Amino acid sequence: MFFWSLVLIAVGIFSSFIYGRSRIKLNSKKQGTKSKSLPTYYAQYVLMWCLFPALIVYFSWAIFQEQIIQNIVISNFEFIEGAVYNEGLLLAEIRNVANNPSFADGKSIEIINAASHYSSLRQISQISFYTSIIIIMLLGALYASQKLKPEFHAQHTIERYIQYILIFCSSVAIFTTIGIVFSLIFESLRFFAEVSIFEFLFSTEWYPFIPIREGQTAAEGSFGAVPIFAGTFLVMVVAMCVAVPLGLLTAIYLAEYASQRVRKTVKPLLEILAGIPTIVYGFFAFVSVAPFVKAFGQSIGIDASPTSALAAGMVMGVMIIPFISSLSDDVINSVPQSLREASLGIGANKAETIKKVILPAALPGIVGAFLLAISRAIGETMIVVVAAGTAPNLTGNPFENVTTVTVQIVVALIGDQEFDNPRTLSAFALGLVLFVITLFLNIIALQIVKRYRERYE
Amino acid sequence: MSNSKILANGVDVYYGSKQALFGISMDIKEKEVTALIGPSGCGKSTFLRCINRMNDLIEICKVSGSIKVDNEEIISEKTDVVSLRSKIGMVFQKPNPFPKSIFDNVAYGPTIHGLVDSKNELEEIVHSSLKKAGLFDEVKDRLNEPGTSLSGGQQQRLCIARAIAVNPEIILMDEPCSALDPIATAIIEELIDELRLNYTIIIVTHSMQQAARVSQKTCFFHLGELIETGETNKIFTNPDNTKTQDYITGRFG
Repeated sequence: MFFWSLVLIAVGIFSSFIYGRSRIKLNSKKQGTKSKSLPTYYAQYVLMWCLFPALIVYFSWAIFQEQIIQNIVISNFEFIEGAVYNEGLLLAEIRNVANNPSFADGKSIEIINAASHYSSLRQISQISFYTSIIIIMLLGALYASQKLKPEFHAQHTIERYIQYILIFCSSVAIFTTIGIVFSLIFESLRFFAEVSIFEFLFSTEWYPFIPIREGQTAAEGSFGAVPIFAGTFLVMVVAMCVAVPLGLLTAIYLAEYASQRVRKTVKPLLEILAGIPTIVYGFFAFVSVAPFVKAFGQSIGIDASPTSALAAGMVMGVMIIPFISSLSDDVINSVPQSLREASLGIGANKAETIKKVILPAALPGIVGAFLLAISRAIGETMIVVVAAGTAPNLTGNPFENVTTVTVQIVVALIGDQEFDNPRTLSAFALGLVLFVITLFLNIIALQIVKRYRERYE
Repeated sequence: MSNSKILANGVDVYYGSKQALFGISMDIKEKEVTALIGPSGCGKSTFLRCINRMNDLIEICKVSGSIKVDNEEIISEKTDVVSLRSKIGMVFQKPNPFPKSIFDNVAYGPTIHGLVDSKNELEEIVHSSLKKAGLFDEVKDRLNEPGTSLSGGQQQRLCIARAIAVNPEIILMDEPCSALDPIATAIIEELIDELRLNYTIIIVTHSMQQAARVSQKTCFFHLGELIETGETNKIFTNPDNTKTQDYITGRFG
């Protein structure tokens, strides 16, 4: 159905454009004056009036049609006194029968009736959908064609419309963010209705298993997120211990020592690191690094588990090296050349110049790069899922299994559970906390970077 | 060559394949101000930057020929650039104080060269350098404020103080007043006149009046060649070369 309606709209676009252009030429010839804008703009004007109202109808139909039809079917359904119905199952059954009449065998007469009601409603909806699209397009084109006079400034109007379109496009991302935040908040509130917020934030027991069926022997779940955040923090610290020195020293080499040619080759190569899918890092961590960490732990007498915070953190550190090196390299490069010359001109050598003049001047930007890298590290999922394990240990020992916020969200959402128990809802609470942390880190980082930029430009 | 401080002989400079200086030879006397003048792009700054090997910073720049400072060849692989540059201070076109306090700006050189053993000594050097640069009275109450908070003229004098804090013998100035207003320029020019008593100064300038006011010797560069060099008085009143004549009378450049 929606394919043919797309064809319909395409035809509308094409013909309205042709119509608009020939109509304005005709009109200005009739009046003997030149039109204020080029004919194309009048054509675009007609096109927009033809297209956008139709698109609005199209999408609202697509969104609401099924819902409305279902509501009508359910409200007309002949419920049998005393029977218990699950509305979702009932609807699925009705839809199945309607789409595939062979399923009708053995179904109750109410369901078969409802199914035929459903199909007839769909047919009505389809016909009225096509008619209304055509009518809307014609009305739009009609309205626009009345304005097709040579003295009408079509170009100005088009530019205003285009501005509206641009505003609409840019607000999509913003509204999506707001929507995500609200859904996080509301689902978290449902979670906190069942689990106290103090337990969540301060208790140290994470055991999110609760009885699903009555009579099942499972302990009461406990939802203390402290071990999870501690695990996240531990992995992040390990990652930063790897990424900060390597990234910063790489940046210093690239910005201060490397020749132009080396820099042009190495920088893109480093940025490829950032483009490797994180799951690839994940199995690299699991297959190569984790066994090495375990063997190393054993050789120095520490009992390391096969997946560990150290393995995950080290690989994650490698992953965020390009963030730090690339950003820091840009920052160091934007330190004015005159400061380098001033320092060298006094007789400082290169190392002194870098240590005492360039790094202090670039420090705010470098710190900003670190913070962005941290927020990347704590939001990272796949590496830790694969290489850090899922055990909520409250430990400072990087050779042990730990788990992170992102891993627990994955664990909570895997499986076919409804979103009505604290175990699945905990994902939203964890997500909310994670979101707040990374948001703050990003804001601080951007502020620092901005302040630094203002000083030199 | 009794008191010749810098002796250049046949200096050629190439940027990549483009030759910027053609066989420059020059004799610069001790404790004099020598002005390098000429139209933009004539190579006077390039020559200045050969003297403290600042051109090393430019990857594609190649220098050949001979420059002797105190009879020591400096265009050589073996030259100790760090000690050369501590002997030859430089002041740049745009004031470029470090984003540090006024005190730390001046203290930078003495600290990295290990010229001082104690805090008091360092303070003494900083104060005396600021005094020599004629800035001390203006900033003595705010030595801990950032150097970048000063006015343009003060910043430039801070840069001069920073240069003389390591006790150089030669000061190179690359259009030190081109970013300053006339009053700040006058103050710097007066300062140059005082500094002449203790330092050998080479100044690149676009302003012929400035060259006439502050220098004893003037060298005129044109298209990478040294056209004429001589007493400032003579260059500005009775030059030998017609190109010099044309330039100082404003016919080109």
